[in-house]
Amino acid sequence: MSPLAKLLEAALFASSRPLTVGELSTLEPHAGEGAVHAGLAEIRAAYADQDHGIELVEIAQGWQFLTRREYAEAIDRAQFALRPRRLSPAALETLAIVAYRQPVGRGEVDEIRGVDSGAVIDKLIERGLVEVVTRGEGLGRPLLYGTTPQFLEILGLKDLDELPRLDELSVALRPPAPTEPE
Amino acid sequence: MSAPPSPVVQEQPGFVVELEQFSGPLDLLLHLITEDELDITDLPIAKIADQFLAVIDELGLNQAADYLEMAARLLRIKAQLLLPRRLGDDEWEDPRAGLVRRLLEYQQIRELVDWLALAAARRAEQFGRGFRPEPPEAPPAPLVIELNDLLAAAERVIALPEPVLHRVVPRPLDVEGATARIEALLAERARFGWLEVVGERPSLVDVLSAFIALLELAKRGALRLSQDGPFTPIVIQRESPREAA
Repeated sequence: MSPLAKLLEAALFASSRPLTVGELSTLEPHAGEGAVHAGLAEIRAAYADQDHGIELVEIAQGWQFLTRREYAEAIDRAQFALRPRRLSPAALETLAIVAYRQPVGRGEVDEIRGVDSGAVIDKLIERGLVEVVTRGEGLGRPLLYGTTPQFLEILGLKDLDELPRLDELSVALRPPAPTEPE
Repeated sequence: MSAPPSPVVQEQPGFVVELEQFSGPLDLLLHLITEDELDITDLPIAKIADQFLAVIDELGLNQAADYLEMAARLLRIKAQLLLPRRLGDDEWEDPRAGLVRRLLEYQQIRELVDWLALAAARRAEQFGRGFRPEPPEAPPAPLVIELNDLLAAAERVIALPEPVLHRVVPRPLDVEGATARIEALLAERARFGWLEVVGERPSLVDVLSAFIALLELAKRGALRLSQDGPFTPIVIQRESPREAA
């Protein structure tokens, strides 16, 4: 592997979270993002070719070494690593709405779910999956929420575009209505 | 369009639902609709409203403001459908339209929920490196046990020899005596050592009695205990009385 690829490999090994190309570029300021992309491809190919227990994965707008799927059960059984806690149906409903309607206010989430969602949103903020992104127009300038990189990470998504398109679902619906003045 | 006839009128004996299993009134409605395989766009409102009311009635209304609101909405739609309207009234809007739209929207969310849950489960099959703070309520590790192990253990218990009986000799701790001794020492001196409390060759009972007495007195604020390091002699110091009690 090239010297840059080895440097990237070391940084990715040391990190406990996905690193973006931008972050990786700071390792070698002269290299540039193009070289970093090439280096990442090199590492990925090297790990794929040489048949390793880990692989380089593109996730949450960054890159991270992850163990291969076939070893999940053994690692889990031996309790060397903790699996994240599963999300409740209420949390997933709220996440789905926030992901598709962001930036979205609590009122809209309540309306779609048909129940008060304040506590669920607070929990999701606590888990770092949802954050306040801006304030809306209208009375009281309500807080508007959006998803975080952590949200992409726990779902193994590269970015939000990987979410299914609404017209691909079996229940096709109107696009999000324009926000009505309150 | 007139109020639709209920396609299948079915009695549902022993209808059991737990409120906790639904994430809200829309979820419950969807459940009722799919259960009876009703057409969501042509809802038999009367039937659905009755079932909905029956369910929330059965479950008690203690925590169910959201459910009550939905019940009221259903009843209003039911009433609106019963109102006579003139033939050829183009202005007429199906009172169910708003509800149907919400239900479809919610159904779509449920589909996304399934998708997200699957994605999260797939992601959980891969571990990243490094320290992650543990979730606050990590559940205890599941107990893995095989039937053979259990049987073997049971056999061991059954095969145990008769328990050896042991005669218990009453030899109670003399905490009161130790307390009196320590209080006497405290009256005399502001500071003294452990050995002065128990003497040169204390018995086990003496040590235990004195120790409990010391802890009790320390708790009451009569004295302070300190130690230079682990296993070094305990130093007892008189504490100036702070409280009258």
